[in-house]
Amino acid sequence: MELMITENNNSIHSEEFYVNMGPQHPSTHGVLYLELKLDGEVVVDCIVHIGYLHRSMEKIAENRTYTQFIPFTDRLDYLASMNNNLGYVLAVEKLLNLEVTERAKYIRVIIAELNRIASHLVAVGTFAQDLGAFATPLFYCFREREKIVELFDELCGNRLTYDYMRIGGVQFDLPQGIDEKIRQVIKYLRSRINDYESLLTYNTIFLIRSKDIGILPKDLALNYSVTGPNLRASGVKYDLRKDEPYLVYDKFQFDIPVGENGDAWDRYRVRMEEMRQSLRIIEQAIAGMPEGDPTAKVGRIHRPAAGEVYAKTENPRGVLGFYIVSDGSPCPYRLKIRAPSFSNLAVLPNLIKGLRVADVVCILGSLDVVMGEIDR
Amino acid sequence: MQENEMLQLLKGRFGQITQEEATKAAVVPKALLLDVADFLKNQELAFDDLHCITAIDRVERIELVYIFYSIEKRHTLTIKVYLAPDDLKIESLAGLWRSADWFEREIYDLFGVYFLNHPDLRRILNPYDWDAHPLRKDFSDPDFIKKPQY
Repeated sequence: MELMITENNNSIHSEEFYVNMGPQHPSTHGVLYLELKLDGEVVVDCIVHIGYLHRSMEKIAENRTYTQFIPFTDRLDYLASMNNNLGYVLAVEKLLNLEVTERAKYIRVIIAELNRIASHLVAVGTFAQDLGAFATPLFYCFREREKIVELFDELCGNRLTYDYMRIGGVQFDLPQGIDEKIRQVIKYLRSRINDYESLLTYNTIFLIRSKDIGILPKDLALNYSVTGPNLRASGVKYDLRKDEPYLVYDKFQFDIPVGENGDAWDRYRVRMEEMRQSLRIIEQAIAGMPEGDPTAKVGRIHRPAAGEVYAKTENPRGVLGFYIVSDGSPCPYRLKIRAPSFSNLAVLPNLIKGLRVADVVCILGSLDVVMGEIDR
Repeated sequence: MQENEMLQLLKGRFGQITQEEATKAAVVPKALLLDVADFLKNQELAFDDLHCITAIDRVERIELVYIFYSIEKRHTLTIKVYLAPDDLKIESLAGLWRSADWFEREIYDLFGVYFLNHPDLRRILNPYDWDAHPLRKDFSDPDFIKKPQY
């Protein structure tokens, strides 16, 4: 049979097409929906759809007392519940002009830094998992995180949503003998973090997948208000614990790790180094722990004077801010949650254009977003 | 630079800026917002980070709150813009700071404030085909339980 030769027959017909990544997808770290416009395997455009986890927390806050809202903050960034609790109670205390005891401040620092490590462990583990290091680093990281979760379990009886911070202090004092346990965990984690460095950091496959992938330049990061390890990986030395110290962070010696290129590998390295620095802070805080009563000695219903306050804290994922407006009643008139992942995710389409679908997974994993605080 | 000094600088430059007594924030007239924003970003104050935008429904007006931060100079400034409830339109800042894009979409979604010249003004947290603005004080829904009285 004779072949029909037409004009188009000498090239393969191709066109751009859309792929829906999510909302249910193992690599999107939650219910995130990316509408990817692809040319073959290359990403041409990306539209981010969020809101699948929207629980209208800001509206709920207007109908709860200040104390009643604390458990809701656990559900924002559920990998770092303690840090969310902390950010919220600090904002309310600023509104009330409430000073907490020195011991409560030290306990808060220890707990917040432990939770930062637990959160970074999940970030590093899932990032390695996204890059194809199937199961091993993730399971190792979860094994280490378990040690911290067990400490929190002993401290307040919960394993994920702790609800431990209180307006004016913390829920309970540290249990007897927990400082020795924390010291052991620090010692254990130190050696483990070194293990991960040798397992992952200069692994050839890991380097090829993450080095020079998803470069976030400094000015783009600032323009999108990216904060936390993602910003520091781009070379900006900005950490609220140093720049605007809250609690007793100014009493401790620690360094702020920064990256050079702002690629996925740098973001991973910054998180690894931050875990070591957090261990340093916890060690110093345990050594300098003052005596006293850290529990809250104020009532449960607060009626702050009418006014507005904005307080921000350094969360594992960036700057978490609470803008609280009070009208003198026991409930906030308006409560805005400035979530770090919200801005960190907004920058994603700029990073993935021109790269392959597999790199989208890598970059999203390196940005380490949590949908709970994006959708609120 | 302290917030008071910045406010003096802004007052000297633009005149019509006042200070809100309770919060010490600078209140910028709606028409001046783009000029003020451009001044904040590109002149000596060097605000390279639009940290947060939010809104407050005061019933008699809607207040927009812009929080700026300068990584270079390590200072922060809060400005406010008052909007009358019958004219909820304002210029978008997404052309100056890309972070404004999603913040403004969120305010449009939750408060129904329209941002002019916004690159992509769609709802962000709630379904695209919904027509209510839930954070407005007059929001009502059969399933919505009002604030208990304490």
